[in-house]
Amino acid sequence: MGIDGIGARVPRKEDRRFLTGKGRYTDDMSVPGMKYAVFVRSPHAHATIAGIDATAAKAMPGVIDVLDGKQLLADGIGNLICGWMIHSKDGTPMKMGAWRPLADRTVRYVGDAVAIVVADSVAEARDAAEAVVVDYDLLPVVTDPVQAIADGQPQLHPEASNNLIFDWELGDAAAVDQALAAAAHVTELKIFNNRLSPNPMEPRATLGIYDAGDDHYTCYTTSQNPHVARLVMSAFYNVAPENKLRVIAPDVGGGFGSKIFIYPEEIVCLWASKRTGVPVKWTCDRTEAFLTDAHGRDHVSTVKMAFDAGNRITALKVDTIANLGAYMSLFSSCVPTYLYATLLSGQYDIPAIHANVRTVYTNTAPVDAYRGAGRPEATYLLERTMETAARELGISPAELRRTNFIRSFPHQTPVIMNYDAGDYETSLNAAMAAADWNGFAARKAEAEGRGMKRGIGMSCYIEACGLAPSAAAGSLGAGVGLWESAEVKVNMVGTIEVMTGSHSHGQGHETTFAQLVADRLGVPIDSINIVHGDTDKVQMGMGTYGSRSGAVGMSALAKALDKVEAKAKKIAAHLMEADESDVVIEDGVLKVAGTDKSVPWFQMALAAYTAHNLPQGLEPGLKESAFYDPANFTFPAGCYICEVEVDPETGRTKVVQFVAADDFGNIINPMIVEGQVHGGIAQGIGQALLEGVHYDDSGQLLTASYMDYAMPRADDLPSFKVSTSNTPCPSNPLGVKGCGEAGAIGSPPALINAITDAIGNNALTMPATPEKVWAAAQAAN
Amino acid sequence: MYQTNYHRASSVQEAVQMMGAATEGKYLSGGMTLIPTMRQRLAAPSDLIDLRHIAEMKGIAVNGRSVRIGAATTHEEVATSAELRTVCPALCGLAGHIGDPAVRHMGTIGGSIANNDPAADYPAAMLALDAVIVTDRREIKAGDFFTGLFETALEDGEIITAVRFDAPAKAAYQKFANPASRYAMAGVFVAKRDNGDVRVAVTGAGSSGVFRHPDLEAALSANWSPDAVANVTVDGSDMLSDLHASAAYRANLVKVMTKRAVSAT
Repeated sequence: MGIDGIGARVPRKEDRRFLTGKGRYTDDMSVPGMKYAVFVRSPHAHATIAGIDATAAKAMPGVIDVLDGKQLLADGIGNLICGWMIHSKDGTPMKMGAWRPLADRTVRYVGDAVAIVVADSVAEARDAAEAVVVDYDLLPVVTDPVQAIADGQPQLHPEASNNLIFDWELGDAAAVDQALAAAAHVTELKIFNNRLSPNPMEPRATLGIYDAGDDHYTCYTTSQNPHVARLVMSAFYNVAPENKLRVIAPDVGGGFGSKIFIYPEEIVCLWASKRTGVPVKWTCDRTEAFLTDAHGRDHVSTVKMAFDAGNRITALKVDTIANLGAYMSLFSSCVPTYLYATLLSGQYDIPAIHANVRTVYTNTAPVDAYRGAGRPEATYLLERTMETAARELGISPAELRRTNFIRSFPHQTPVIMNYDAGDYETSLNAAMAAADWNGFAARKAEAEGRGMKRGIGMSCYIEACGLAPSAAAGSLGAGVGLWESAEVKVNMVGTIEVMTGSHSHGQGHETTFAQLVADRLGVPIDSINIVHGDTDKVQMGMGTYGSRSGAVGMSALAKALDKVEAKAKKIAAHLMEADESDVVIEDGVLKVAGTDKSVPWFQMALAAYTAHNLPQGLEPGLKESAFYDPANFTFPAGCYICEVEVDPETGRTKVVQFVAADDFGNIINPMIVEGQVHGGIAQGIGQALLEGVHYDDSGQLLTASYMDYAMPRADDLPSFKVSTSNTPCPSNPLGVKGCGEAGAIGSPPALINAITDAIGNNALTMPATPEKVWAAAQAAN
Repeated sequence: MYQTNYHRASSVQEAVQMMGAATEGKYLSGGMTLIPTMRQRLAAPSDLIDLRHIAEMKGIAVNGRSVRIGAATTHEEVATSAELRTVCPALCGLAGHIGDPAVRHMGTIGGSIANNDPAADYPAAMLALDAVIVTDRREIKAGDFFTGLFETALEDGEIITAVRFDAPAKAAYQKFANPASRYAMAGVFVAKRDNGDVRVAVTGAGSSGVFRHPDLEAALSANWSPDAVANVTVDGSDMLSDLHASAAYRANLVKVMTKRAVSAT
C-alpha cells in the first residue's frame, strides 16, 4: 500500500470544494434566458379535477406560461413507471396504476402536481401559482395500509382492486407450518417499521434546456444515476430519444435513495422548456420535499419464529403489508420483496422460511428505496424477534445468536441468497468486547442509583449489496441490467481521467476511485481525475445505490485498469526491448524486473500517442473501457450493540454507548468507511428514536417541516465506537463488500432492544418518542 | 416571501411614526418567528419596522434586586449578563437554552413576549417573576399581559420597550424540549420570594398558552421542596394534545419539571 493507495486514509479530494462553498449543485447552474418554475400542487389527498383555470395566473407580471396535465397528455408524455415487475402468487402481474407527471383527472396525495408555472422569477411564479384556480371534487381518503386493503375502502386506482398492488410470497409455506407445529417454542411479534422522510441536505432540483436548433434536450438534475434517468425518460416517458437527451447530475448533496427515482419535475421541466422556448429551472423547497420526495419503509408485519428444544431456529414465518403510497415509484416493488424477504435468514441457519408480502396503495406520498431499502426492514424484524425470543427462552441474546450462526460458507439460504463469506462470531465478540458487555450489570446498578433505567441491546445484521448480477436480477423481474462501466483515459503526458457510471453524492468516489488507480499504476493521486454524472462524458452507467459503487463500480474500473496495464506494458516492453511479461509497474515507473531498465509512466504515455515507436500492429493511444457484471451479491455483516439510559419520569432516552463491529471485506479508505458508518448509525438512531412521517386521516401531512419532523442532531448521539474485521468478498476482484447502508440497517433494532431491556416492556414501536417510552415504562410497573 | 418594505427605526418615536405610515405594518424584533412565517407566505406585512437598533430599548440594568431589561436585548445578552446572573441566574439559564446560537443572537426578549408563542420560554419567566411589561404607552402586569395563544394585551401599534421585575429569593426554569423543534413541550419556571410568595408558571403545555398552577404554588408555599410536588394532582384536561405529546403526558411533564426546577434552586 502506498500513501495514496488502497487501505490509506487519504483525505477526500472533493472536500476542498465542498468545505469552501465551491461545490456546484443543480440550483447553482444558470444558462442565458433561464426562467423559473413553480408547481401547482394538490392540497387534497384524493380528488378529481373538474377544471383548471389559469387565465388570471397567465396575466400576472413576469409569467411566461402555465401548463397543465391535459397539455402534457396531448403532447404524448408517458406515465411514470415502476421498473421492476413482481407477480402475485396467483401469477398475475402487479397492478400498476397510471402516474401522470401532471395529474390530468385525479390527484391521489397531497403534493400531487397538477400544473407548472414558468415565470421570470421564483417569486412571480409563486404568486401566479397561487392564482391558478383548480376545481377539485373531493374523494374519500385512506392513508393506513392495513385499512386500505379491507373491503369498502376508498379506491385509488381502477387497476388495483382493494388497493392491492400484489400479493407475493417467497419460500416454502408447508415446511414452515410443519416446523411451527412441531416447535418447542414459538416467538410471535407484531412489527411496525415507521415511515421516514429522506431529508438529503440538498433538496431536489432540475434545469431543463431545450435547444430548438438541434432538437436536443439537456437536463441538469439531482440524480444518483443520470444514465438511468436518461433511459427512463427516453424509453418510457417519450421526452426525447437517448441521443437527443443529455442528463447531467453535477454535485449532489446527498440522496439516501430518494434521488434514484425519476420524478415528475424533471420530465415536466424538459417538456415545459420546449413548450415555452426558455430553459426552465425548478428547485424544491423543504416542505415540498417532505411532501413529494419518495418516503422510506412503512411496513406492518407479523412474525413467528420456531425453535427446537436446543434453541435452534427451525422456521420463520413472516406476513408483511407494505405501504407504497399513491403511485408505484421506480423501484418501489423490489424493495419490500427481493431486497427484503431474501434477507430474512439474517446471520442464521434457518431451514425453512416463508414470507408473504402485500403491497398497498394509499393516499400518501410514494414510498421507495431509502438507505438500506428492504434490508433494514428485514433486520429490524429479525433482530427484534431474536431479542424477544432470547428473553422468552431465558438465555442471553448473544448465546441465542451464537447457537444459530451460519458457520460454513458458501451457505444457501431458503430465500434465494447464497452467502459467500462471513465470520459472524468474530464481529459479535469484537462488539461485546468494545461494549464491555460483561461490565453492563455494574453500570446498570450505578444508573439505578441515579434513578435512571439502563438497558443494553444487540443486533446482528446482514445485508446484500453490490447490486446485482444482471441475469439473476432479470429473472426476478428487474427491467434493467445491474452492471457498471468504467473508462480509463491516460492522457498524453500520463495524467489520468476515469469516467465512471458510479455517481458520487457524498460517498467520496473522487478519492476512493483515484486510490485504486494510484495503487495499481503508482501515479500520484493528484494526477487522477474521477469524472461522473454526465451522460455525454461517461459511456454508460447504472448509478449509485445499494452500496454498489465499490463492489461493482470499482470492479469495472479494475477491469479497465487491467487493460490499460496490459497495453502500457506492451508499449514499455517495446521501448525497452524487453519481453512484456517481464515488465512490472512500480511507483509510476515501468521496469524490467531484475534489471535497471525503466521507462517513466509519462514517457510510456507520450509514446502511446506520438506513435513513433509502437509494437507492430498496436493501435496508438491509451484509453480502455470495461463493463463489469457482478457474479454474486456481496454480504456485509456485523454486530451492533447499543446502551441507553431511560429517564423513567419523562421517558427520555439517552444513547450512552454505541458500538459497531462490521465486516466490509477489504477496505479502500478506512476514514471514509468510518464516515459512512457514522452517518448510517445516525440515520438508524434517527429512525428508532426520532423520525416519523405522520398523515392525518384526511391525508394532510402533519410532519411537513423540521418543527414537527425530528431529525437526529449531534447532541442526540454518543461518540461511536466502530471497528472492522475482514473476510474478503470472493466474488469480485477487489474483495470489497460495501459499507454505505450498514449503519442504517444494523442500528434500529439494537436501540429498540436496549430501550425495551431498560424499561422491562417489549411493547414499543419506532420512533421511541419520550411519550411512548414513558407510557411503556409506566405499563411495565 | 411576498414583497415587503424594511425600515430600521432609531427611536421608539420613529418606530411609531413608521408604523402609522404603513398600510399593514409589523414590528420586527429579531424575527425568529415572523421571518419564517413570511417565508412560508403565511404572513404578508407591507412593512417591517425593525426595533432591534433602538438604543433606548437595549441593555440590562440591575439595581439592588430590581432588574430592567430593554425589549431589544437579545437572548445571548440576557444569557451572558454577569450582573443579571448575580440576582437571577435562572433567567440567564433560560435565555441560554432558547433555540440555537444563531437564534439567540437575533431573537429578543421583547419579540418573544410580544409573540407569546404557547411554547416559548420567556412568558413563563415573566409570569413567575411577576414582571411588569413596559410599553410606550403604559405598564402591564405579566398576569394581565398574556391573554391566549399568540395573544397579548398589546394594542395596535403599541411597542414593548422593556420588562422589569424584582429578583426573587429563589428561581429556576426546567424545560422538556420537543425533540423536533426544541421548543418547550413543557417548561416550568418556579420563583420563591422572601415573603413566602411562590409562583409556578408553565409554558408549552397549556391549551390556552402560558399559565400559573395554583395547586403547585400552594403546595410549594407550604413546603418548598421537590417532595411537596409529589402529592399534587396535575390535571391534563387543560393541556395541549398534539402529534408529539398527549395532554396526560404533558401533565406528567409539568409535575416532573416543577419538581426538578425546585431541586435546582
